[in-house]
Amino acid sequence: MTQLQVLLFASYADAFGASQVTVSVAEPATVSTLVDALRALPGGDVLPATPLVAVDRRFTRGEAVPVRAGQEIALIPPVAGG
Amino acid sequence: MIRTAIVERAIDVAALLSEVTSPATGATTLFLGTVRDVNDGRAVTGIEYTAYTAMASDELQRIAVEASDHAPGLRIVIEHRIGTLSLTDVSVAIAVAHARRAPALDASRFVIEELKRRVPIWKREHYVEGDWHWVDPTAATASVSSA
Repeated sequence: MTQLQVLLFASYADAFGASQVTVSVAEPATVSTLVDALRALPGGDVLPATPLVAVDRRFTRGEAVPVRAGQEIALIPPVAGG
Repeated sequence: MIRTAIVERAIDVAALLSEVTSPATGATTLFLGTVRDVNDGRAVTGIEYTAYTAMASDELQRIAVEASDHAPGLRIVIEHRIGTLSLTDVSVAIAVAHARRAPALDASRFVIEELKRRVPIWKREHYVEGDWHWVDPTAATASVSSA
């Protein structure tokens, strides 16, 4: 298992009640297994089927993208700038 | 020339125009996003903008670079404000200058559309009734399930 820290914002931060959470995920971890772990947390039921995940400040493409401890991982709610 | 920023103060629109204008530019465009009083039929009193600031800054920069790749010679300044804004406050300003009008107009549209699609900024609308709601453009016309 690996411990992954995940940044949360806006409606997701409200739902999870925190601006950052740490989850345990089996290795090798992917966006998909990370999201599954987040969904199991209190508040995780608000997540859509495939929430946006950013790694090191870039959007990931696809659920198979690997993630590891030490990366800057963020769960991104639907954006609404402008 | 490119400059992008997430700011926590009022946007100085005149300063942005001065910044992009040069002797080589013959066309300058300015797009402003401002806080309006109604959204989805509800009376809005203000908007609270938050951002994943580090990534939002990077993404704004990437968008400006992409616009410049399409039209060399563009001069682009983008500022997006975060914090609590009142009606008519400027939330985003995009100033673009080029020798010719078409590249400037096209880039302005490109930047605002991409910004709305991919820059991690969120807004919480406050309504006259005293409640608030995170705006979710992906919810389209679906009814609000929670406030």
